Amino acid sequence: MNGFSFYATALILLIPLFGAAVLVALPGYWLTARLNVVFALLTFGAALLVLLGERPPPEPFLLVDDLNIIFVVINSFVGLTTSVFSASYISHELEIGRLTPAYLRFYHAMYQALMFSMNLALLANNIGLMWVAIELATLTTVLMVGIYRTHEALEAAWKYFILGSVGIALALFGTILFYVAASAVIGEGLEAMRWTTLIQHVSKFDPALLNLAFVFLMLGYGTKVGLAPLHAWLPDAHAEGPTPISAVLSGLLLNVALYAVLRFKLLLAANPETIAPGPLMVTMGLISLIFAALMLYRRRDIKRMFAYSSIEHMGIITFAFGMGGPLANFAGLLHMVMHSLTKSAIFFAVGHIAQVKGTQKIGDIRGLTETHPSLGWGLTVGVVAIGGLPPLGIFMSEFLIVSSTFAREPLLALFLVAGLLLSFGALFLRLHGLAFGPPTGSTVPLNSSYLPMTAHLSLVAIAGVYLPPPLVAWFQHVAGLLG
Amino acid sequence: MNSLDFDVAHLLAGGLVLISFIMLYQDRLYALLNTFALHALILAVSVAWQAFIQHAPHLFITAMIALFFKAILIPVALHRIIQRLGVHREIETVVGIGPTMLFGMGLVALSIAVMLPITAEANPLARQDLAFALAVLLLGLLLMVTRRNAVSQVVGFMSLENGLVLAATGARGMPLVVEISVAFSILIAFVVIGIFLFRIRERFDTVDVQALDRHRGER
Repeated sequence: MNGFSFYATALILLIPLFGAAVLVALPGYWLTARLNVVFALLTFGAALLVLLGERPPPEPFLLVDDLNIIFVVINSFVGLTTSVFSASYISHELEIGRLTPAYLRFYHAMYQALMFSMNLALLANNIGLMWVAIELATLTTVLMVGIYRTHEALEAAWKYFILGSVGIALALFGTILFYVAASAVIGEGLEAMRWTTLIQHVSKFDPALLNLAFVFLMLGYGTKVGLAPLHAWLPDAHAEGPTPISAVLSGLLLNVALYAVLRFKLLLAANPETIAPGPLMVTMGLISLIFAALMLYRRRDIKRMFAYSSIEHMGIITFAFGMGGPLANFAGLLHMVMHSLTKSAIFFAVGHIAQVKGTQKIGDIRGLTETHPSLGWGLTVGVVAIGGLPPLGIFMSEFLIVSSTFAREPLLALFLVAGLLLSFGALFLRLHGLAFGPPTGSTVPLNSSYLPMTAHLSLVAIAGVYLPPPLVAWFQHVAGLLG
Repeated sequence: MNSLDFDVAHLLAGGLVLISFIMLYQDRLYALLNTFALHALILAVSVAWQAFIQHAPHLFITAMIALFFKAILIPVALHRIIQRLGVHREIETVVGIGPTMLFGMGLVALSIAVMLPITAEANPLARQDLAFALAVLLLGLLLMVTRRNAVSQVVGFMSLENGLVLAATGARGMPLVVEISVAFSILIAFVVIGIFLFRIRERFDTVDVQALDRHRGER
C-alpha cells in the first residue's frame, strides 16, 4: 500500500512534467488546449489517490503529510478548472489575434511547468528543494505575464521579475542561515536540510540564527505572498497577464508561498527560545489588509481591483495563522481554501467580461446582468462571496477569524473589522456599476463554458451552509498541528 | 584551522565586498560590465579556495560555473547586447555617487554588526563568510535601486547572486543540489532577461527602465 501511494505522489509531479514536454512539441490550438485539460485532470486524479490512500513514509526529497495534502488537492483542483476556463479564453484570444500559435504552444507548456513547480514546492521534504521549486514557479509566471508583449505587459513582467527575484534571493539567504544553524547540531550534508529531520532537532538549534533566518525567509517568501510593503509586483502582474494566469497566481501561487512561510513558522515554534513568529505575521497581515482595503477605492481597472482584493485576503490569512491556536488556524485554512475557489471563479468571470466588452476599465462596463445574465450574476455572487456576506463560505471563515481575535486581542479585532468593512464597501460600490444599471458596450452573447465558475461558486455556497464532518475533523487536526 | 587557509579565504571574501563598492561608482556600462566580470572572477577563485580547504571537490564545479558562465560568457553577451541595441553607454543614477557610497558603507557596517554577534558559535570561516556575503547581497540591492538602466539592474542582481553563492559555499557541506540549482536558476533567469531585453528592443528604442515606468499610477 505504501509503495502504491508513493507512486501516486510521484505521479503528481511526473504528469505535469511530461505534459510540459509533450505540449511544447505539439502545434495547433484544438489538441493542445484539450491535452492541457487532460493532464490537469490526471494530476488531480493522482492528488485524490494520495489523499484517500495511506500516507507514504517520508522520502529523502518528498514528503506527504496532513498539512501539504490540503494544498496539493486545492492546487490540482483549481489547476484543472482553470485549464478548462483557459481553453475557452485562449480560443478567443487567438481569434482576435492577441496570441499567435507559436506563443500558444509556449503558453501551454509553461502552464504545466507551473503546475509541476508548485506541486514540487508543496511536496518537497528539503528546504533547498522547496526554494528551487518556488524559484522555478516565479520564472514560469514571469514568462506568462509578459506573453502579450504590450508595453504594460512588459513593464509588469519586468517589475515582477525584479521584485520576485529579490524576494527569492532573500529567501535563499534565509535558507542558508537555517542550514548553518542546523549543520552545527545535525552535521553537514543533506540531513541538515531535510524537513523531517529539522523538525526533530530544531529545539537544539541556535535561536539567534533561527531568528535572523526567519526574518529573511518571511521577507523573501512574503514578497511572493504579496504582503503589504512588498506587494508592488502583484497588481501589475495580475492585470497585464492572460486572465487564466491571474486566476492561478491569486488562487494558487500565493498559497504556495504562504505554505513555505508556514513550514518555517512550524520549525520556529518548535524551538522555545526563538522569537515568536506570530506577531510578525499578524503585523504584516494586518497592514496588508488595511492598505489593500484603502487602495481598492481608487481602482479603475477590473483585474487590478481584484488583485488588490487578493492582497487583502492573503493579509487576512497570514493574520489568522499569525494569531495561531486551533480556532484561528482552522479559520485560516478554511479561508485559504475558500479564497482560492472564490477568487479564481471571479477571475473566470472577469476574463470573459473583459473579452466580450473589449476593455478592462470599470467605468466602461455597466449593466452586465442585463446583457450577459450568467456572467453578471456569476460576478455578483463571486463578489458577494469575496466581500464576506452570509451564507457563503468566506463569511464563515471570516466570522471565525474575527470572533477568535475578539476573544483574545480585542484591539486587533477592531483593525481587522475596519479593514473588512472598508474593502466590503469598495467592492460593492464597484459591483453596483458593473452589474446593474443601463448596459453599455457590446451585447454579443458569449459562447463559452461557465462550468468552472459555477463549480467553484457552488462549492463555496455549499461550504457556507454545510461542511462535511470528515472535512472539519481533518482541518481541525491540521490546525492542531500548526500550533 | 590552518591560519593561511583562513587568511586567504578572508582576503577573497573581503575582495568581493570591495569590488561591490567599485561597481557602485561606475558610470559607464562597459566599465560596469568589466567590473562585474572581475567580481565573478574573484568569486570563482574564492569558491575554488573553499573547495580546496574543505576538501569538497564538488565545489570546483560551482567555481567553474562562476568562472566560465558569469565571468566570461555573460559579460561578453551583455557587451554584444549593448552594441546591438545601441544602448546609451552612460548610466543614469537615481541618487548621486557620494550618498550612494556612504549608504553602502552603512550597509556593510550593518551586516557585520548583525551577523558577527549572532554567529558567535558558528565556525569562524562560515562566520566571516556570512557577514561578507550579507554585505555583498545588500550592496547588490543598493546597486539595483540606484540605477535606472535595465542592464545595470541585471548586473546588480547578478552581484547579489554572487553574494548568495559566497554564503552557500561558506556554509560547510551545504548539499550540492542547492549550489547547482543556484547556478542553474541564474542561467534560466538569464535566458529570461535575454528574451526580455530582446522584446523590449522590439517595441521601444531604449533599454532604460524609466521608459517602462511611463504607465505608472492611475489605471
